[in-house]
Amino acid sequence: MAERERRSTPPFGGVFHARTQVLDADDVRRAVWRMAHEIIEHNHGLDEVVLIGLQTGGVMFAEALGEALEKIDGTRPPLGSLDVAFHRDDIGLRPVLPTAVTDIPVDLTGQVVVLVDDVLFTGRTIRAALDAVHTYGRPRAIQLAVMVDRGHRELPIRPDYIGKNLPTRRDEVVNATLESVELGEVVKER
Amino acid sequence: MKHLLGIEDLDGDDIEHLLTLTDSFVEVGKRRMPKVPALQGRTVTWLFYEDSTRTRLSFEQAAKRLSADTLSFSVSASSVKKGESLRDTVETIEAMGVDAIVVRHGSAGVPRQITQWVSGSVINAGDGWHEHPTQALLDCFTIREHLGGVGGLRIAIVGDVKHSRVARSDAWAFTKLGAQVTLVAPPTLLPPSLDGWPVRASHDLDAVLGDVDVVYLLRMQRERMTEALVPSLREYTACYGLTRRRVDRLGDKAIVMHPGPMNRGVEIAADVADLPRSVVVDQVRNGVAVRMAVLFDLLGSGRGLVTVADQPQGSTLT
Repeated sequence: MAERERRSTPPFGGVFHARTQVLDADDVRRAVWRMAHEIIEHNHGLDEVVLIGLQTGGVMFAEALGEALEKIDGTRPPLGSLDVAFHRDDIGLRPVLPTAVTDIPVDLTGQVVVLVDDVLFTGRTIRAALDAVHTYGRPRAIQLAVMVDRGHRELPIRPDYIGKNLPTRRDEVVNATLESVELGEVVKER
Repeated sequence: MKHLLGIEDLDGDDIEHLLTLTDSFVEVGKRRMPKVPALQGRTVTWLFYEDSTRTRLSFEQAAKRLSADTLSFSVSASSVKKGESLRDTVETIEAMGVDAIVVRHGSAGVPRQITQWVSGSVINAGDGWHEHPTQALLDCFTIREHLGGVGGLRIAIVGDVKHSRVARSDAWAFTKLGAQVTLVAPPTLLPPSLDGWPVRASHDLDAVLGDVDVVYLLRMQRERMTEALVPSLREYTACYGLTRRRVDRLGDKAIVMHPGPMNRGVEIAADVADLPRSVVVDQVRNGVAVRMAVLFDLLGSGRGLVTVADQPQGSTLT
């Protein structure tokens, strides 16, 4: 789920109702596996690659990618997690609170940072993440891996690795986990 | 939450929420560039009618690390010297458009009064003998950092409780988080009545030392000596000072705290202040992150804003 949608689900309000399942657990596993191959191919190995999962939904995919990369290449890149709450551009417009403490285990200067998120929607979370990454150093490059690209970008941001391209309506909601990718909507609890 | 006036107004969950938020700001402080843009375009100003080093500096550091603009203002070098009233001073500041005013004043209740005159947030940085909420929050955070949590602990607050806003805020905060608080002081330095306070009182430090997890020492305010509340500083130290001999009777994990500035040799022996179990420096360090959490929670978090799910059905999530 995109971050703005997550904030309209518990504890803040509505509940996600799936209408259709787009991918099952095996499909997700295969997509992660393919993205891992693409990361290795694109970077000619894993030297200097650091995976950073974006809170909340990106962290599990970063871990899954880390495992896949280790199985394929034999080395496991450093894994971090990033909460971009303090860098968002909608502070003051909607409730913005961090969900977890950021953990960046290595100096990012000179590294290739692969940001990992579950659903790419407007791109505003990624913009905030780009801003946040620079407070930890100056990476040689930043790349973006997302499980689902659902379109509707509001900023000039493009992913490098995509699990699934999923055309959506703006008012639909995508829920992506390691178990499944579902399309549905958030409805207010009665 | 719009203002932070005192710990008494908060419940345990509010305090826990602020401590959790503080964890995130501690992490920000460790970054290579310890600054986030969260409060860009917001203005914070200070209205300090009493002297302060650490509170004032750590609020300023906190605001700057959140990218807020700060308007510095020194009461002693302002129109207050010419006799401008509190209300006129506040309304002047308000007219310039500030989002938060951090207030320290010698009289209890001034921050609450100021909330009537301004549209922005008011943060109490100490009002008379009443409250000093951010000190209590950073104390809770420091205890949590060293002992894992505040709930279930036995905490002794020792010294001039009567004149201490820190003691009042801490007693509220510690008990709201589930700790058992004992106030230790000579009868002249305890408030005349403890009705409504969820605390115990004792006049004998040696009797409580054996079974406490935290010894919280208050500053012995030398200026009060003229009021003959204690016979002499030497006698106070003999009965209530944390000497090396007394520290050795504490449990292995027990910690010693002090809000600063310390009177070494009065309420705390010089060598005790430098022991590993003395966490005074951690208290100051955590002050910045705690005040970032308070400023962010009041000005930036949008807690209390209408959530998307509250909007009419059919509206899009944009």
